[in-house]
Amino acid sequence: MISYVLPEFLVMRDENRCIQCQVCVRQCANDVHYLDEKDGKVKADDAKCVNCQRCVTFCPTHALTIIPNPQEFKANANWTKKAITEVQKQAESGAVILTSMGNPQEYPIYWDKIVLNASQVTNPSIDPLREPMELKTYLGRKPDKLEFDEKGRLITKLTPQLVLNVPIMFSAMSFGSISLNACESLARAATELGIYYNTGEGGLHSSLYRYGKNTIAQVASGRFGVHANYLNAGAALEIKIGQGAKPGIGGHLPGEKVGAEVSATRMIPEGSDAISPAPHHDIYSIEDLRQLIYALKEATNYTKPVSVKIAAVHNVAAIASGIARAGADIIAIDGFRGGTGAAPLRIRDNVGIPIEMAIAAVDTRLKEEGIRHQVSVVAAGSIRNSADIIKAIALGADAVYIATSALIAIGCHMCQKCNTGKCNWGIATQDPQLVKRLNPNIGARRLVNLVTAWEHEIKEMLGGMGINSIESLRGNREMLRGVGLTQKELDILGIKAAGE
Amino acid sequence: MKRVYALEEYCVGCRLCEINCIVAHSQSKDIIWAFKVEEPRPLPGILVEEARPISFGLQCRHCDDAVCIKSCITGAMHRDERDTVVCDTDKCVGCWTCIMACPYGAIKANENDGKVVSKCDLCPDLSQPACVSHCPNEALIYVDRG
Ligand code: SF4
Ligand code: SF4
Ligand code: SF4
Ligand code: SF4
Repeated sequence: MISYVLPEFLVMRDENRCIQCQVCVRQCANDVHYLDEKDGKVKADDAKCVNCQRCVTFCPTHALTIIPNPQEFKANANWTKKAITEVQKQAESGAVILTSMGNPQEYPIYWDKIVLNASQVTNPSIDPLREPMELKTYLGRKPDKLEFDEKGRLITKLTPQLVLNVPIMFSAMSFGSISLNACESLARAATELGIYYNTGEGGLHSSLYRYGKNTIAQVASGRFGVHANYLNAGAALEIKIGQGAKPGIGGHLPGEKVGAEVSATRMIPEGSDAISPAPHHDIYSIEDLRQLIYALKEATNYTKPVSVKIAAVHNVAAIASGIARAGADIIAIDGFRGGTGAAPLRIRDNVGIPIEMAIAAVDTRLKEEGIRHQVSVVAAGSIRNSADIIKAIALGADAVYIATSALIAIGCHMCQKCNTGKCNWGIATQDPQLVKRLNPNIGARRLVNLVTAWEHEIKEMLGGMGINSIESLRGNREMLRGVGLTQKELDILGIKAAGE
Repeated sequence: MKRVYALEEYCVGCRLCEINCIVAHSQSKDIIWAFKVEEPRPLPGILVEEARPISFGLQCRHCDDAVCIKSCITGAMHRDERDTVVCDTDKCVGCWTCIMACPYGAIKANENDGKVVSKCDLCPDLSQPACVSHCPNEALIYVDRG
């Protein structure tokens, strides 16, 4: 059967620059480039290219450009190239279309419709280079009130907190979905930055236990790699209920990715598929969730905060209220643009709601119910830069989780082919030849650079607003205005329109 | 002395070290000129040994007790003022005794003229050997390990 699917990209090689060095041949794990022995020229099989730009970056003469295939269908606003191609693919495969990373569709990006305030004349702005600026963030349940004895000593028993130097954490990515070198880059950067990274649902590789102080250990529906040492290895625990990229469905790590190390870490046989069920089979109600939260607290002797991660869906505010009442110390909410190592395309592109709406709705609801202090709220799902972070915090988040931007920092070029296991950048792969492409010394350095740069920018924006502490920005929606939003959208976000 | 060491666990086998060694030892120092125009093109002083997934860049160890110098019949192979083992190509007659003597296989016959040998000179004109500064994954380091 001939394939009707056209090559997605074309590989353009500038013959005036190409020196036939074959660096591209050696770097492309998709076998696109090859040396034609007959004329000694390097050529390409465009159809296999995924536009990961490994060859483009490595070509020493900058001879390569990857372009979208310009071949078009007859113009049709309804039957777009994408719509037609997807039908063709499924007619050939008879299968669900698998993809990865976050929802790329043209839904509104509310971050880009929200603008920040700055001080002018009546209130002074602050220069972060001259004056102290506090970004330290504590995540966890805060007491209802503080009590002191007659000598002024605190007698209220405080619950365990996560202490972050900047309100940024690396979101859950499992060993298995990403390489050990990627995990190590995240762990080392989190340690150096005084923040946390999240193990994801794949357990903790034995070589990473030493970064425990900066680790959040995740417990998901498959319970992979969960044992007493694992639960006690990190600074906090996270129960994963859902994920923004694929709310309502579980996970599937194909057996090819379950090599010796992944198998030992996940405690499953080598080569077996690791399937996480869609629900936790012991959680069918808020009461069940409460049982698991307290089972984990018991297991760790009430020394670690417990987070519950959910995907942002329609009734997110009510769900979050239930989670807070179930005893969670932290609620992580993952918006519909959150990434994944593998998800069915229809789910990724059509399920869930924007994180901006979810954060605002949850913060509003928890405040109305007088329980906002009982739980910290972490926003996840496509935080692209420091301005998104400022806006998330002003909408009501305590901190943010970043994952896609962290992966971009260490080389990801967003080709959305994580599910193939052939990541040319050594991130979403278990192939030893590819894994070594990510040197964790470089990975950690690039992550530290990114977060440090964002820290500077956050301080600058805070100073501009005349605020000297991130605490004073939290839920401070007065600092935000909407541009080009309907009244309903403004109401949900809880912000005024620009000019008001 | 400072030597180039390979970190095998990070070498991705791209051979950019070899390519940039050639450029650094070309007349123009321009990659496109060096590969497309200049004749003869220099040989790389570094060679990537590869049995995937293992690979590493190998070049002259600049041994303290260099057997290549001892074996050289014309005195072409010598230690210069920087302690680097180099070949004086004017003196080299292409007998290739050093090639057979080097325990690392770090010397190559220069097939361009069949006469002299070619090897790493640690890039005397650069602050760092070209292979080290151009390795994209920091799989080569230039340090003094004694
Ligand atoms: S890496 Fe660049 S110069 Fe080398 S063969 Fe490929 S296209 Fe040509
Ligand atoms: S798949 Fe990546 S490395 Fe291969 S040709 Fe395409 S862009 Fe280059
Ligand atoms: S440039 Fe570095 S990574 Fe590439 S082959 Fe040479 S030593 Fe290995
Ligand atoms: S050429 Fe071989 S023997 Fe001579 S100094 Fe270098 S490594 Fe040692």
